[in-house]
Amino acid sequence: MNVLLNGESIQLPEHVVLVSDVLKHYEIHDKVVVVEVNGEILTSVEHQSTRLSDKDKIEIVHFVGGG
Amino acid sequence: MLKIGSLSFQSRLLLGTGKYPSFETQKKAVEVSETEILTFAVRRMNIFEPSQPNFLEQLDTKKYTLLPNTAGAKTAAEAVRIAKLAKASGLCDMIKVEVIGCDQTLLPDPIETLKATEELVKEGFIVLPYTSDDVVLARKLQEAGCHAVMPGASPIGSGQGIINPVNLRFIIEQAVVPVIVDAGIGSPADAALAMELGADGVLLNTAVSAAKDPVKMAKAMKLAIEAGRLGYEAGRIEKKRNATASSPMEGMSIG
Repeated sequence: MNVLLNGESIQLPEHVVLVSDVLKHYEIHDKVVVVEVNGEILTSVEHQSTRLSDKDKIEIVHFVGGG
Repeated sequence: MLKIGSLSFQSRLLLGTGKYPSFETQKKAVEVSETEILTFAVRRMNIFEPSQPNFLEQLDTKKYTLLPNTAGAKTAAEAVRIAKLAKASGLCDMIKVEVIGCDQTLLPDPIETLKATEELVKEGFIVLPYTSDDVVLARKLQEAGCHAVMPGASPIGSGQGIINPVNLRFIIEQAVVPVIVDAGIGSPADAALAMELGADGVLLNTAVSAAKDPVKMAKAMKLAIEAGRLGYEAGRIEKKRNATASSPMEGMSIG
């Protein structure tokens, strides 16, 4: 399926179905990240239960240095 | 003891995590500062380059309370979204509301800051709004239920120190929650003055991270904040126009 991931149009491989699959695919599953799908913010538990659909808008954010 | 909402801290120094020359220096600076609260920003991850190092990964997150900020927000709605993203990490309940209303001065938008504060208090966050030296706004933020007010000393990153001690003193006198002087601190003397005026804490970043020796400056800030606080608690003498001798005039053996 094709999704908008952090502002970029991405064709995801077929085995990537859940939000947690996206995190594994990009090898960021063990990092502190927060995922938002179509404006809905997910808890980390919801990563395993949230299925993605074509044209979903996914935002993955993390903490960076700041004051 | 600094109490913010349900949380208590020994240290009155809140340290930013931006713009250090290296993670190694940053780690040492954080350590010697003895801070217990570290601020962070929330940003889009560069997922296409996941190997990029992240300071948070090198921290014992149980040892520190994370204070994410809403920097980048220009409206209350954007600030609320960033706050919710930060909280969804499961790492923090505190949020520094930062809604910038002017790109040149980086001064906060008072109306959007107040709106965001109201909303986030309702959502159950521990809310610390970054505000200007506006005395009335500081009061209104407290009426909205914020858990600390954070007036800027001078523009963010400017290092100009406390440019309006008169207003800062009014804010402190009228406060019913901790006052944390945030932004604009340049030197240990500035931090000490903020504490002597009666501030409950100081939040700084650039003054340490951009110092020639950030580790040494972190230590200096820690000591300045402790000294300023002790001085405030001890109660300074009044300034007098004329000299008064410290040594007794009686019992002189000369003349």
